[in-house]
Amino acid sequence: MTQPFVQIDGVSMRYGGVEGTLALRGTSLDVAEGEFVAVVGPSGCGKSTLMRLVTGLWPPTEGTVIVDGTEVAGPLSIAGMAFQNPTLLPWRNILDNVMLPLEVVQPHRRQLRAQRGTYERHARSLLKLVGLEGFETKFPWQLSGGMQQRASLCRALVHDPRLLMLDEPFGALDVFTREDLWDVLQEVWIAKKPTVILVTHDLKEAVYLSDRVLIMSSRPGRIIAERAVPYPRPRRLDLTYQAEFQAIVHELRDRISEARQAEATQDAR
Amino acid sequence: MRASARSSEALVAAARRRRRLEAALPWLVIAAMFLAWEAMVRALDIQPFILPAPSLIAESMAKWWHPLLTNAWATLVTTVIGFLLAVAFGLLLGVVIGSSVLVYRGLYPLLIAFNSVPKVAVVPILVIWFGAGFWPAVLTAFLISFFPIVVNVATGIATVEPELRDVLRALGAKPRDIIMKVGLPRAMPYFFASLKVAITVAFVGSIISETVAANEGIGHLMLVASSRFDVPLVFAGLIVTGVMGVLMYWVAVTIEERTTGWATRGQNDPRLATGG
Repeated sequence: MTQPFVQIDGVSMRYGGVEGTLALRGTSLDVAEGEFVAVVGPSGCGKSTLMRLVTGLWPPTEGTVIVDGTEVAGPLSIAGMAFQNPTLLPWRNILDNVMLPLEVVQPHRRQLRAQRGTYERHARSLLKLVGLEGFETKFPWQLSGGMQQRASLCRALVHDPRLLMLDEPFGALDVFTREDLWDVLQEVWIAKKPTVILVTHDLKEAVYLSDRVLIMSSRPGRIIAERAVPYPRPRRLDLTYQAEFQAIVHELRDRISEARQAEATQDAR
Repeated sequence: MRASARSSEALVAAARRRRRLEAALPWLVIAAMFLAWEAMVRALDIQPFILPAPSLIAESMAKWWHPLLTNAWATLVTTVIGFLLAVAFGLLLGVVIGSSVLVYRGLYPLLIAFNSVPKVAVVPILVIWFGAGFWPAVLTAFLISFFPIVVNVATGIATVEPELRDVLRALGAKPRDIIMKVGLPRAMPYFFASLKVAITVAFVGSIISETVAANEGIGHLMLVASSRFDVPLVFAGLIVTGVMGVLMYWVAVTIEERTTGWATRGQNDPRLATGG
């Protein structure tokens, strides 16, 4: 069997010294190359911490994080990130916002000036893929929340990351916009096949988009269960109304409730 | 159809009237203030050496226009030099404080202590060091005006969204990259807001110094005039100072609008549109 692309082994994370909060405890998970994994769990379970560990922003207190065969020791530039807050820069237009990572990450940074045209075409094609063609010269505040999130997704993808880390990217959007963006993300994944780790609260979103859903316990978080999602792609939104799909969502829901109850009894003791 | 066309015309006309009123309003308020002042002085028969009427001040201005002008120029020069020093120093220190928690923690109490010292108490020391005249005025203007710039620039840089910082750091951005690409542009609206405060207090600084120890400048002129009980000339000096302050403020606002229009996000447009 080939080695997993992302390998998290017995990772714990504690903030603020020995007495600090334990955000993760003994978490282990593997993600294969090109796999789309969703991580769900109650709020405050350390999902965002997991993202920061995988991208090398913070070193784990215990355990190892291995990405692409190498232990993560610092920021990981083969990763692209998008968050609930689109964090676009208001003084840059959409195209320049999307191209921001190219001004930072090597080797693009060195080549950007010489090959600006090529990079710009690449960014434009991404914007087209997410349905933002014609908005390149608009400023972020001239766009709706959903459109800003599309641009944020493009920014995460512009340096062709092999790993895409998404931290509740659709959490702040209304239901219709969110469903539109699910399909946008699905299309992006089909077109580029990056390895995706999607952190979300939304079980329906997790099941609809991913190959595998991982369930985390509440703080200190660890992976307590996983559920494979059998449907082939491209998936259609009708799928979410089918009984079998909803059964999977219910199953996940029950497991999270169990986890929370177990924790409650633990607290009571 | 016709009714709606007419009403939209009426809306446009109303918006235009409103804009004209907004432009004229400051002048109307100033004129009204001077008229009320004049009327009060005449009605209550207040002595000129207590409160001179605007007409008397205007007379004094006309009579002493040359010394007023040369001294105002001297004050303007010292103020602008002190202000520019404050901009350079404030920007630099603001970036350093805003980008390092350690420097912030270490330096901030000292800065606050420094800012709490009344600058008029510092002038005698500056006079001992540099002699009376130009440099104490420049340095007082500098000392009084750099603080708001430091605080604002530091705030702008320190409040970069953590997610954005993460995005860039994960891509391998050095702290310097983050400051150049995000921190500084982001701090610009704060910076310009502070310039508007700084330029006006810079005048306060240089005039304080001029009234304590100087041979020229509008502060010196007012001091000399008051020692001769020429109160109308003192008021003339105050008015000239006010005019200079407004002019410099206007320069700062114009630069701000040119450079950081994105920060107001076209909010002016809806205001004009709903003006009717």
